[in-house]
Amino acid sequence: MDPNVRRQILLDNYQHPTGHGLKEDSSYIKINTNNESCIDNLDIMYKIKDGRIEDICFDGEACAISTSATSIMIQKLIGKNKEEAQRILDNYEAMLDEREYDKELLEELNAYDEIYKQPNRKKCALLPFESLRKIINKL
Amino acid sequence: MNREDFEIFKQDPSLIYFDNGATTQKPKVVVDSIVDYYTKYTANAHRGDYDISLKVDMAYEGVRDKVKELIHNKKSKEIVFTSGATASINMIVFGFMKYHLTSGDEVLITKSEHASNILPWIDLAKEMGIIVRYIPLENHLVTIENVEKMVNERTKVISLAQVTNVLGDERPIEKIGKLCKENGIYFVVDGSQSVPHMEIDVQKLNIDFLAFSAHKMLGPTGVGVLYGREELLENLKPTSLGGGMNATFDSEGRIEYKSLPSRLEAGTPNIAGVIGLGSAIDYLLKVGLNNIHRHEVELKKYAIQKLEKIPNIVIYNKDIENGMIAFNIDKVFSQDTAVYLNHYHICVRAGNHCAKILKEDIQVKNTCRISFYLYNTKEEIDELVRVLEQSEDIFKIVL
Repeated sequence: MDPNVRRQILLDNYQHPTGHGLKEDSSYIKINTNNESCIDNLDIMYKIKDGRIEDICFDGEACAISTSATSIMIQKLIGKNKEEAQRILDNYEAMLDEREYDKELLEELNAYDEIYKQPNRKKCALLPFESLRKIINKL
Repeated sequence: MNREDFEIFKQDPSLIYFDNGATTQKPKVVVDSIVDYYTKYTANAHRGDYDISLKVDMAYEGVRDKVKELIHNKKSKEIVFTSGATASINMIVFGFMKYHLTSGDEVLITKSEHASNILPWIDLAKEMGIIVRYIPLENHLVTIENVEKMVNERTKVISLAQVTNVLGDERPIEKIGKLCKENGIYFVVDGSQSVPHMEIDVQKLNIDFLAFSAHKMLGPTGVGVLYGREELLENLKPTSLGGGMNATFDSEGRIEYKSLPSRLEAGTPNIAGVIGLGSAIDYLLKVGLNNIHRHEVELKKYAIQKLEKIPNIVIYNKDIENGMIAFNIDKVFSQDTAVYLNHYHICVRAGNHCAKILKEDIQVKNTCRISFYLYNTKEEIDELVRVLEQSEDIFKIVL
């Protein structure tokens, strides 16, 4: 990905993230995600209906990488069922681990395709997906 | 000061290391002392009857005397080597307090303590019903008045860092020590951020237990010190049992422990580490702890004066006289700032600095922390300022 395009995607999603702000709605499942580095701290809420992710929202304090990744993840996951969400998760992880993955499927998540060069930031990019891992079996 | 003594700055002259609160660089003499042990006289301590083993004993026990002098204590047997300040505090809590406190007794700490001076107490509270109470902070600081207000007949322990690791404020330890003495309260002091940077006198300060780590004072990782008054250490139940600490034992379960301090140093100690610590103490005393303190305070003043002029820099501990600066770039997450500074080879710490409940007091969860040491320079600060002045480009660098 062109570095300028990448930066613009990340910056847009960091400064104007999708799904920012938690909802007072008990039909959401709330998951707190603490980065192992013990700094980033996000609450991510999922609404699941009929086996699909109907909505996701989040709030918390996190770095530009975690926040933007959460925003893009939300855009990618809304409307997805278990198999679709799992495919996105698997391919995203494969990309971060420098394995073969489906580039087309990940779309804007490709913006993190060079994050492996900064191992300490890989955790940040993975952070929102830790929450997906926790709810995926509820789909 | 003395920058030329540190190999790392020769290897990497562009390195600006501002994370001394986390750990410090090591002067060549310290590294050499460790290499010497491993290449010239490796042997176990307290065991052998051969020359190099005796040499190890002399070196190892010699460091105990150096520590004693460093903290102005009278007896070497009141100095116990541990794996670090964390281990020292855990020994105090689970080897001593557990057997000398009863349910309902109160322990006073603060919300700006390091995790290692909070979690053991919380754990002991859950286990045996002691009560952990937090001394209210006055503009982030501990005042003797607030300590006095919290003390009652149930107060049995006050456990505080002499200097905190987030804001670097120094507590009124001498006054608190006096208060503890008058009221029969055990006084535990975490010296991790103070012993490396200033003169400390455990006698004058009425400290019952003191914990600190070698690696924050130019020494190697994996070594620390537990100081305790003899009559207290005598009653500290060893939390680690094994070789080197027992005098006799039999199959009936009769065990007799050795005297202090060996009783509290089970297993083969970190001999190389202790020797490295000794060399670090020699070095620090030669440079002079007062000189080091003065240098750090001067660096901070110089830095604050320049950082204050940058509009989007928020500083949280401007007026605290020490060598630590807690700051953020406005509206930028601390970790992003640290990654940005790293691009210019400037090492700072981002996060909550293991003081996770301090945020309840300062309303800021995460900060960037600069912590100076003797080898830092005004030129390094100039570079920091230059980089922060152009931080509107931060996301071009970070993303």
